Amino acid sequence: MSLPRSNTATGWLLAAPLTLVLAFFLVLPIIMIVIVSFWGATEFSIYPAFQFDNYKFLFGSSVTWAVFGNTFRYALITWALTLGIGFTVAYFLAFHVRTLTWQITLALICTVPFWTSNIIRMISWIPFLGRNGIANSTLLSMGVIDQPLEWLLFSDFSVMLTFVHINTFFMIVPILNTLLRIDKSLIEAARDGGATGPQILWNVILPLAKPGIMIGTIFVLTLVMGDFTTVRFMSGSQSANVGRLISNDVGLLQYPSAAATSVVLLCTVLIVVTGLLRLVDIRKEL
Amino acid sequence: MRTPLDLELVALTKRYGTTVAVDRVSHLFPGGRYVCLLGPSGCGKSSTLRMIAGHESVTDGAILLAGKDISRLPPAQRGTAMMFQNYALFPHLSVIDNVAFSLKMKGVDKPTRHKAAAEMLDLVDMGSMAARMPAQLSGGQQQRIALARALITKPQVLLLDEPLSALDPFLRIRMRAELKKLQRELGITFVHVTHGQDEALALADEVVVMNNAVIEQAGPARDVYNMPNTEFVARFMGGHNVLTVGGMKHALRADRTRLVQSGEGLPVSVASVEYQGAHVAVGLVGAPGGDLTALVPEAEFYASPLTLGDSAVAQWSPADLHPLTQ
Repeated sequence: MSLPRSNTATGWLLAAPLTLVLAFFLVLPIIMIVIVSFWGATEFSIYPAFQFDNYKFLFGSSVTWAVFGNTFRYALITWALTLGIGFTVAYFLAFHVRTLTWQITLALICTVPFWTSNIIRMISWIPFLGRNGIANSTLLSMGVIDQPLEWLLFSDFSVMLTFVHINTFFMIVPILNTLLRIDKSLIEAARDGGATGPQILWNVILPLAKPGIMIGTIFVLTLVMGDFTTVRFMSGSQSANVGRLISNDVGLLQYPSAAATSVVLLCTVLIVVTGLLRLVDIRKEL
Repeated sequence: MRTPLDLELVALTKRYGTTVAVDRVSHLFPGGRYVCLLGPSGCGKSSTLRMIAGHESVTDGAILLAGKDISRLPPAQRGTAMMFQNYALFPHLSVIDNVAFSLKMKGVDKPTRHKAAAEMLDLVDMGSMAARMPAQLSGGQQQRIALARALITKPQVLLLDEPLSALDPFLRIRMRAELKKLQRELGITFVHVTHGQDEALALADEVVVMNNAVIEQAGPARDVYNMPNTEFVARFMGGHNVLTVGGMKHALRADRTRLVQSGEGLPVSVASVEYQGAHVAVGLVGAPGGDLTALVPEAEFYASPLTLGDSAVAQWSPADLHPLTQ
């Protein structure tokens, strides 16, 4: 019997397809980006090299710091809002909706916006929020305002609104998953110990929902920090985040510079995610 | 003989839609007793307990503790504490924080509540486990923690919902001895829900047998066992044969059912022989009223052993026949 050996071989064979796919489509491109980030560029050409010019320029420019700051600002505000809305929705679904059928139905309704593309969902805000859009004309006709609100569209407001709209679902699902796993008798035990509703929320439900909150946080932060279309469409090209910095460089064929910015963004996101994983052990949720 | 700690149910009713789970149950639990609510699953015993605890709303009727109607109060203000079937320990809190939970909710500061919790842990012999997390404890240890957490609220009535069902048989017997000891030391009322009649007999000062949403019989354990009112109680308590004698149903204890080779009595044949250690349970068929069991002392059985298919005669003394009402 040569079972152990054939087992090893089978193991490698089974792992091979995914390993190859990941190596070709994930690892290799990232290596390419890292290599190109050290290349040089002129206005009309790029040439292989090993120089730190791109990084020097990147870290030396005040624009970089401002844009990274803005990216973090978008990410943090979106995170706070999606967490607030997502937790509330998940809490409602888990503890106030009594039957499994309704829980599933309502959770599926949350996915309805995903039946169309991200871009269409973004653009659909424009006629709503525009100067003569539905929001402004309704408010005008109700007499709440006498002049159209200018900050509704092509502003930080519209960017954040869209981010929250698109990403809240990624917060709802993991939190709902953890909340549904909370044993209902724990809540009875807490009530037996004299805990009020808010005390139960703070002392029992929130601590037990931490892994779900953390997974949702990672989803939302990585999606928002890597985004460039939302900021472009919804700010009317008046705000920038790192994604737009990269896409601008690509548009100008400044691939080495774009690659360097990408590497810095990738490292930033990895540091943030590593930090978050240190805070909460999410392995028991997976 | 009322005491200030009496717990009384007055026409207590629970309906779920059109289903009646507890049907106008009235009963007085004298203070400081160990009471077992016994019955098959779905008989309403758990609903009754959960209504006393305040985790199930009362459809109709009243629950009086120390002369006060507590049926509409929140769980923590009733003077009751509940120990849950699966213990319901908070998995994110250490043992001592689990026990101190209710004090934390009251706003007691950390050193004071930890001191009180440590005393409770000593009471259940778990003082050395204070820093552990619930997942690091065995079932029996978790149960002691749950007990300490319930007792720290200084309840007048401790409600236990099938507390031993998750333990293995050896631990179950040890823990039930400890529960009984603890109840004697504390002198408070324990209301213990179980579906195991041996557990009820071993623990209870008073056994309350429930069936179909009502109390079938209540009384001291020996009375309920020896003088069952109904066929249901006789069969559920076990160890009884139900016979029809003179047109009326009677209960006859299996260990008072004698087997002889021939003579006067009920002719039967042996359908099963089950060795149980001290006794041998002999299943008998052929009696007109239904199957019987005779519990024969081991030595007596093996002095003249019977095998499957043997015919025999079942005998009893008339004094051992206990008439049943239905």
